[in-house]
Amino acid sequence: MTSWLPEDISTYGHGIDHTIRVIYYIVGAWFVLTEAVLFYFIIRYRKRKTTTATYQPGTTFKALAWILLPAALILVFDLGIDLVQGPVWNEIKIYLPTADQTVRIKGRQFVWEITHPGADGKLETPDDIQILNQLVVPVHKKIQFELQSEDVLHSLWIPNLRLKQDAVPGRTIKGWFEATKEGIYPLACAELCGSGHGTMKGQLQVLNETDYQNWLKENRSLEVGRVE
Amino acid sequence: MAIIGGYLAYLFRYQLAFPNEPVPGYGLVGPDQYNSFVTMHGTIMVFWVAMPILLSGFGNFLLPLMIGAGDMAFPRLNMTSYWVFFLSTVVLLLSFFVPGGSFSGGWTIYPPLSASPGYTGVIWGGHLWILAVALEFTSMLMGGINFLTTTVAMRAKGMGLFRLPIFVWMINIASILFMFSVGPLIAGAFMLLADRLFDVGFYLPASGGDPLLFQHLFWFFGHPEVYVLLLPALGIIAEIFPVFSRKPLFGYRTIIYSTLVAGLLSFIVWAHHQFISGIDPRLAAPFSVTTILISVPFAITLFAFIATLWRGSIRLTTSMLFALGMLAEFLVGGVTGIFNGSTAADIYIHDTLFVVAHFHYTLFPVTFIATFAGIYYWYPKMFGRFMNETWGKVHFWITIIGFNAVFLPMFAFGLAGHQRRIFDPTLFDYLQPYQYLHVIATVGLIVMLAGQIPFIINFFASLSRGKVVDRNPWLANTLEWLAPSPPGHGNFDQEPVVQRGPYEYSHPLLKERDWISQGEL
Ligand code: HEM
Ligand SMILES: [Cu+2]
Ligand SMILES: [Cu+2]
Repeated sequence: MTSWLPEDISTYGHGIDHTIRVIYYIVGAWFVLTEAVLFYFIIRYRKRKTTTATYQPGTTFKALAWILLPAALILVFDLGIDLVQGPVWNEIKIYLPTADQTVRIKGRQFVWEITHPGADGKLETPDDIQILNQLVVPVHKKIQFELQSEDVLHSLWIPNLRLKQDAVPGRTIKGWFEATKEGIYPLACAELCGSGHGTMKGQLQVLNETDYQNWLKENRSLEVGRVE
Repeated sequence: MAIIGGYLAYLFRYQLAFPNEPVPGYGLVGPDQYNSFVTMHGTIMVFWVAMPILLSGFGNFLLPLMIGAGDMAFPRLNMTSYWVFFLSTVVLLLSFFVPGGSFSGGWTIYPPLSASPGYTGVIWGGHLWILAVALEFTSMLMGGINFLTTTVAMRAKGMGLFRLPIFVWMINIASILFMFSVGPLIAGAFMLLADRLFDVGFYLPASGGDPLLFQHLFWFFGHPEVYVLLLPALGIIAEIFPVFSRKPLFGYRTIIYSTLVAGLLSFIVWAHHQFISGIDPRLAAPFSVTTILISVPFAITLFAFIATLWRGSIRLTTSMLFALGMLAEFLVGGVTGIFNGSTAADIYIHDTLFVVAHFHYTLFPVTFIATFAGIYYWYPKMFGRFMNETWGKVHFWITIIGFNAVFLPMFAFGLAGHQRRIFDPTLFDYLQPYQYLHVIATVGLIVMLAGQIPFIINFFASLSRGKVVDRNPWLANTLEWLAPSPPGHGNFDQEPVVQRGPYEYSHPLLKERDWISQGEL
């Protein structure tokens, strides 16, 4: 089932995939077992002339053990899931690592307006490069993003990075990722934002260091103020 | 309304499979229509199909019968509630025809998208949506008060709380959940209306508001709401299981207690809809724990249902098939909920078709499969005749096969990264290879919709042709089967006096037969 997931190109993606897989095996086993028992009972106790039902109200603790013990086991597995996922969540959403670079991503009906730091590596300087729907980052760098929205809710969705985060007007939400493989990957909006929601798409470009530097040079023309 | 909800599903399902081709029976579906159809589909299915059928329909008919009462406690309130509901339906349907079209901001009506008509181009459709839902809730609240009062005050002699059929318990717990959760939403909706009409800005950051506030208010209601739908459905199958396995419901009290626990828990899980909505990520952990914990009381209930079959003598009537089908399919929905409840997994699957698959695997069994089980089971009581069993089984198998064909592929699609509520998946290159899944799902839907024709014919034909039955054709214990079929005015010929619990099947002391009615001396 996890084979349906697209290629993972982020440093923390495997944590998410792992969580999905752990849950899949746990609930999958329970599911198969429960359905098997259900079907077995249906077939085994299908009415036959000779069979009569047994009176089992399930009022004594001993009888109830048949359902309470499995439920207790589920509780244990539940806590197990909590333990597996907790650290993954913390790593991705709570503890932001020191960033090599920061980008600003702003959602607006129906485009992503993305501000890259220019050659100086800093935002809010004249050489910032602003483009629509193109997120360009160097590979193997910790990128911090500042996510904003100008109008309604949007949600930044980059499946290959296992990255999803809503953009909320009035807030700047910080997050991070580190891409591990060069290439071009889809980027979309995952929160209904109006009639163009289904067309609000872009690209993530992951470049190696030299290509990235070249890209910066080539795109001087896109410095802030000259976009659109 | 179920037909309209289904028709809308057909329209946008077809569009997903064959984008930008005219849908047979309608025409082209553009992005605006798509959003509005999805929104109205969700709204109608949840508030105008599931709630009225399960709570009001089954509740009003069965609750007085099951507790041995002649009628509901407040018959007039009942009528009022019915007419308010009727009015709400008119208002909602009207919204399809006003300029700008019906509401298109999603059934969760998140602001700011919903707060300012400027964002969607929908003006009146939005106002009417809010008005319609407000009326519908008012109607449901009246119904809920009636259920609770009737259960408290009108039980037949001897009908102690722990002799009530599970269905009665479930309806009452559901009504209580609804009452306690709906307040914040009503407040939230009024604030939204104020934003829409007067630009007050409760949810608009430019005026000092916060869109997340609405999400908290909405989901504080929204999560318990899904249990409001689920519980009556579980109640229905809890009535059917014992009758057709000729056994007492296993762990009757345990089921009641665990349902109460689940109901309480349902109030402290709402933020699992908001893990990545911009709330403080540290808030996610406790909500994830409570969410995953809910699996325990529900597991107990489901295990108890399965244990009811153990060493039974199972009769696979159509109603029993649907009841078993409900359980088997609902399990898929139940276990997949763990993925959504888990913070880390949810980062990926939130707002993808995985979620859509998950909640349809819970809501479809609840709304339709359990309802069919109930209709086949209580039809003889309602009309004094049987429905045709052969056609019933045909109906069952087509529905189950079609349903799985529609929604199973969506899990895969969600994992492949398919986000929700997009009208043309072919615009995204990475989804292209999987487009065939949309085609499968759409064919599945058409099969499933066609499969309802035998049901509809069977339902109406059996009114005059079905085999005439006596009061208690299934040999069941609960009180409704003591009343004439159909029950006349006042329900019972003489007031029943309750002697025992509702599920005394195959008791060792019984001779010659394996059942004894609750009201039998
Ligand atoms: C008749 C069979 C059904 C089909 C084929 C169907 C199909 C769908 C599909 C494909 C979507 C997702 C559309 C999208 O995200 O773009 C959807 C959304 C939804 N459905 Fe269904 N559905 C069915 C029955 C139900 C039932 C019984 C319920 C609830 C009781 C329900 C409640 C919803 C809700 C709440 C949404 C979300 C709406 C939104 O995103 O605003 N559906 N349905
Ligand atoms: Cu968007
Ligand atoms: Cu969007």
